[in-house]
Amino acid sequence: MKKFQRLISRAVPLPLENIDTDQIIPARFLKATTRENFGENLFRDWRYRADEQSREDFVLNNLNHTGEILLAGRNFGCGSSREHAAWALFDYGFRVVISSFFADIFKGNALNNGLLPVEISQGFLRELFHAVESDKSTLLCVDLEKETLQIAGTDRRESFSIDPYKKMCLLKGYDDIDFLISLKNKIESFEEKHPSFLSL
Amino acid sequence: MASSLFDKVWQAHLVERIPKGPEVLYIDRHFIHEVTSPQAFADLEKRGLPVFRKQKIIATADHNVPTENQHLIIQEPLSRKQVETLSENCKKHQIELFALGHEYQGIVHVIGPELGLTLPGMTIVCGDSHTSTHGAFGAIAFGIGTSQVAMAMASQCILQSKPKQMRIRIEGKLKKGVTPKDVILYLISKMGTDGATGHFVEYSGNVFQQMSMEGRMTVCNMSIEMGAKGGMIAPDDTTFSYIRGRKFAPKGMEWERALSYWKSIYTDVNARFHKENCFDALDIEPMITYGTHPGMGIKISENIPVNTEDENYKKSLNYMGFQQGESLIGKSIDYVFIGSCTNARIEDLRLVARIVKDKKKAENLQAMIVPGSQQVARQACEEGLDHIFQAAGFEFRQAGCSACLGMNEDKIPSEAYCVSTSNRNFEGRQGPGARTLLASPMVAAITAIEGKIVDVSRYIEKMDLFN
Repeated sequence: MKKFQRLISRAVPLPLENIDTDQIIPARFLKATTRENFGENLFRDWRYRADEQSREDFVLNNLNHTGEILLAGRNFGCGSSREHAAWALFDYGFRVVISSFFADIFKGNALNNGLLPVEISQGFLRELFHAVESDKSTLLCVDLEKETLQIAGTDRRESFSIDPYKKMCLLKGYDDIDFLISLKNKIESFEEKHPSFLSL
Repeated sequence: MASSLFDKVWQAHLVERIPKGPEVLYIDRHFIHEVTSPQAFADLEKRGLPVFRKQKIIATADHNVPTENQHLIIQEPLSRKQVETLSENCKKHQIELFALGHEYQGIVHVIGPELGLTLPGMTIVCGDSHTSTHGAFGAIAFGIGTSQVAMAMASQCILQSKPKQMRIRIEGKLKKGVTPKDVILYLISKMGTDGATGHFVEYSGNVFQQMSMEGRMTVCNMSIEMGAKGGMIAPDDTTFSYIRGRKFAPKGMEWERALSYWKSIYTDVNARFHKENCFDALDIEPMITYGTHPGMGIKISENIPVNTEDENYKKSLNYMGFQQGESLIGKSIDYVFIGSCTNARIEDLRLVARIVKDKKKAENLQAMIVPGSQQVARQACEEGLDHIFQAAGFEFRQAGCSACLGMNEDKIPSEAYCVSTSNRNFEGRQGPGARTLLASPMVAAITAIEGKIVDVSRYIEKMDLFN
């Protein structure tokens, strides 16, 4: 997993709530057997019409808005557990998603792929939307070590929280499999005491 | 200390605690399918790791399979490759696979329970959010991402922080014609799509106690649609008699030992939950959704709520082609889909058959019934339901996820309206531009006959379906 420590970037505003993983990556693009290239189809049906023409009114097609941070409304990533949603966002170039609320499975998937979900208050989220929409060159600064999000060049900031273990993984670029494998002996002794009717 | 059903099962699977971090949870059963497993197998191979406990993994092909001509080679090359990759991976790692054509193949959340692979007190994961279905048996069951699928394959454990707990209690007697699907659509409409996020839900109260296992599975299946990590119902005699004698269920002495354990894992009287929600059974009526998330549900006879401020709401109704404040009664429908891990079990098919027997579907729509598994399909044929469906003009297809998710060939065209027994009405879920109205198998069957949305309560009286 790629390390994440600090990022200063412009942000792409997508002020919709309940953005589900079917919108992030529709099921018909889940047929691959590798993790690559899902970014091409990120938000496919919002980005393109049925005739493959770009939808001019969708923010990813607006070249004025670029950046490695996606700013989205509450309950981001609800619905299907498809990790392809996190892969698609990362592959497209996003490293951070900011929202006031994330769905559980999406949050876990993002963290397992070096994509940082930053959960902030509804009020600060509104302020960020306003800042980014009124000045597209607004820079946001995400500092994982300090757990803060700041509008660069201003005193507007809020702290966010993250599971300390996941924070360590992101800062160092570690992932969970290495850790679990190291517990093999403990897992085997757990199995010896575990009821056999649950271990069919 | 008093503890809940969830606490008891969680505690029994705790391998290790990480200071200030998640817990290491042992997994008893890991279901896999073709869509979310290939990259996990690839991860293991890249690291040179074996599958740690292959006998605890059960595989099937469901999301990406055709529901016609399953004896032929899959036409679509990418789908074929994905299904073949699953077969190759299972063969290489000696994992039990119920492949296309196998007598036990079907939707993963239908076959687990019907084969007795899903048991009370277990921890169950699958790379699919509707894994919450298995909570109907008093198991801790939840969906995971592909990275976690790889973790579970490599160590039979996953890292998981213990979620908060919520109890949802419904007491009273359900009105005539109100089905488990209406109960869960009602709950989601009240709770919202994120009302249970971060929580594991226990459903309690006599409404759930009186439900069949199929009904409990429908309820637990859609727990994820209110954001819950999962949902569970305490195992009882209904649970035990469902499991007893099933293919992989414990037998003989093992059964007796299992049974006495299962009887001990109920929630203690003084157990505390982070949140408690109570509802009255009499408030619940046949439900339908009108928007683009499962929380946008109303009683079928109600009007669409008015909310002129909210841009998300306006966008949603615009997508659906509906107006604020209008009634859905009389709306013409183009497709009816009866299937999915929510409502494709034998009890669902029997109910549909009772409604459509000796009737014809309306000419303005197409109606499709897709059984949840090969076993459900066989049972339906043994009971002669297939003839009833065909005589009524329904297509009776082969087992798979079908038109629930617009991944295989079964899709709903753009702007067409589909009354569906599945679980998600998101934009494009059933195909780009498709407009989904979620409802029970009963509402779906009546819609198919009428060709439009009708006030089913009057219909139920007339048909005298429920005595």
